[in-house]
Amino acid sequence: MESFRRIADVILVLVALVALWQGLYWFVGEVGISGPWETVLYALDLLGQPQFWPHVRESLHAFAYSLVLAWIGGVGIGVWLGAHRLSGDLAEPILVALYSLPKVTLYPLILLVFGLGMPAKVAFGAIHGIFPVMIFTMNAVKNIKPVYLNAARTMNLSPGQVATTILIPAALPEVVTGLRVGFSLTLLGVLIGEMFASQRGLGFIIVNSIGLDNVPRMMAVTLMLFVFAALANAGLLALDRHLHQRV
Amino acid sequence: MLTNNTHAALAGVTRVYPAAAGHGEVHALGPVDLTLARGEFFTVVGPSGCGKSTLLEVLAGLSPANAGNTSFEGKTVEGRVPEGVGVVFQEDASFPWLTVWDNVAFGLRRAGADPAEVERRVRDAIAFMGLKDFARAYPAQLSGGMRQRVCIARTLVLRPRLILLDEPFGALDAQTRLLMGDELLRLWRETGATVLLITHALDEAAMLADRVGAMSARPGRFIDVVATGWPRERDSRIVARPEFGALTGRLWELLRGESIKALGHATGGRADGMQA
Amino acid sequence: MSAAACSSRRLGWLRTGLIVGALAVTETLCRTGLISKQVLIPPTEMAASLGALLRSGKFNDDIAQTLGCVAAALALAVIFGFACGVTLHALPRLRRALDPLLATYYAVPFFVFYPVLISFFGLSRGPVIVIAFLFAVVVMVINTLNGLDRIPRVLTKVARVHHMAPLDTAFRIKLPAAAPHLFTGLKLAVAYTFIGVIASEFIMASSGLGFQIAYTYNNFDNRTMYALMLFVLALVTIVNMGLHVWEQRLLARRGGR
Repeated sequence: MESFRRIADVILVLVALVALWQGLYWFVGEVGISGPWETVLYALDLLGQPQFWPHVRESLHAFAYSLVLAWIGGVGIGVWLGAHRLSGDLAEPILVALYSLPKVTLYPLILLVFGLGMPAKVAFGAIHGIFPVMIFTMNAVKNIKPVYLNAARTMNLSPGQVATTILIPAALPEVVTGLRVGFSLTLLGVLIGEMFASQRGLGFIIVNSIGLDNVPRMMAVTLMLFVFAALANAGLLALDRHLHQRV
Repeated sequence: MLTNNTHAALAGVTRVYPAAAGHGEVHALGPVDLTLARGEFFTVVGPSGCGKSTLLEVLAGLSPANAGNTSFEGKTVEGRVPEGVGVVFQEDASFPWLTVWDNVAFGLRRAGADPAEVERRVRDAIAFMGLKDFARAYPAQLSGGMRQRVCIARTLVLRPRLILLDEPFGALDAQTRLLMGDELLRLWRETGATVLLITHALDEAAMLADRVGAMSARPGRFIDVVATGWPRERDSRIVARPEFGALTGRLWELLRGESIKALGHATGGRADGMQA
Repeated sequence: MSAAACSSRRLGWLRTGLIVGALAVTETLCRTGLISKQVLIPPTEMAASLGALLRSGKFNDDIAQTLGCVAAALALAVIFGFACGVTLHALPRLRRALDPLLATYYAVPFFVFYPVLISFFGLSRGPVIVIAFLFAVVVMVINTLNGLDRIPRVLTKVARVHHMAPLDTAFRIKLPAAAPHLFTGLKLAVAYTFIGVIASEFIMASSGLGFQIAYTYNNFDNRTMYALMLFVLALVTIVNMGLHVWEQRLLARRGGR
């Protein structure tokens, strides 16, 4: 009963948001935004157009490569920083400073190194996502309670067993939180890259639509990105919460 | 039975926590009858989760009763904490952002006392609780026992006539607890207040009290109330007396079965305890 | 000096050494031509260029504009975020309904809304401030909620024992008790505001530091571009360090509670 109520509440909030959107549309008119229904229709239409899909593929490829770099690089470096006390202590303030830096400031440098195109986009995405993954992983490893390791020693476990049965489960919840935050930021990085430094991809379509004054197309692609990001994040969040409950 | 000497009383008090997310109704306490005589030291002892804290909260006016009547100095208690009642909680309630001095002065300043009076009473309370050297320190710099002393001083400075303590020494080690018990007895004698203390430790209950109320497992009710017969001038050294051993033995006799129940195991075999 | 203070001093020196070392390596690589001048100019030249720029006052307007946007967005985000957090905390049912939204908020790439906002406000400072505000406000809400959640329940009971009125309890007990988390919210809001303002200026504004970096890049003016990038880096680092020091002073004696 309680969970029905909660789901009903959430649906109510979503309906309120859509209503707000519609109200905004009536207020601003077609020049500014397009209404909810119109946008959904346009989006469905877009999905049926063959020339749309290469852009989707381009963005997905860039995102996938960046994500792999950010996740694996971030976890790898994070584990080392967490395990190796001195390196971790040295690096932490630097990492936090880099995390807060508007990375868009570094974009020209990346373009100069990689040139325009896919490698630059992947680099943008990766530098956005790698820092939170590193920071969360480092903290997860650092905060493994020493008493767990002592318990492991009393049980005569091999190093491999210690890693798989104790270290990974203990660190996993915080690492997953980092992966989740890294996911969103990597997507952000890739899209920003496409918005000003690419001729292909969903970010490009958005910017291009503004230039051509095609408001419905801009909003339709924005909506699609929003739905994708929200669903992916919801999935990761569910995993995140499930892991944290066990701890 | 209420008399003129009754300071506070609970009559037929029951407390049921309403159903919420994840669990149904919880019948935490009662029905409970209790009368506290003016100036007595009463301890409540019972297994974990039996409703001792609930009893204290109802008596203090922090929690409403579902049935029965709560009174303090002849007036019904409901909704708010009556003036003249002080409470010391189990968790550390010292304010980390204030110095020891400001912590202790907190209640007095809220009540609008004039600065000279505040200065005098806070100084006395801090000296009384042995915190003179730490008046300018922050709670984060003190040990757990000292932080509890700060909380007690903060309550003391308001000169409460009824002092309620909810497992105040729960977080401390056994030896510190005995010493804090001594402090509490000194405080009780010098202020003449009525004291109700909740504890799960049998020795603490037996040593401190004029009367000990043994509480059953949830829903908590008094199984028995034992008079200790101790003189007013007492301290932790009474644990050496043979009567002390008999007293704690009697309490355990009353409570052993309840503790097992609270632990969730089925009673069987020797659960009724060996007869002395 | 305590052992802990000693070792953190030592760490500080090691860290400085690390950074200086990295800069020295970069400088050498640039000067020897291993890194082409088209790609990166030596750090010392960056600094010299920045010095000249600041003295000439050529970008003073842009600097003022960026800082102005950051200040405006930050003030809005912190005040509104705090107020929302307090309100949501007092309305648990609304909070639970909004929870999925708050959790998913940062999954959305914000800058996709920039075009929508330009449609509203036109090309001016408006969209920049609004985007930066939207970016920073939720982190303030989340941290306010966290801070209020973590107030030990016993402290509100103490307030009742002392017969404190609700407003009094809010200011004298809840606010100081939640202060550490609120400060974390402030730090994050500052970081997110900077990111929001500079990224927005970069993508689509026509003035401000972010815009100038993009402009100088497009005009192959590496010296100016890197000077500006250095400026932004230095600005953000100094602000963060300042906040960190302030936080230490404010919260040190509390021992992290």
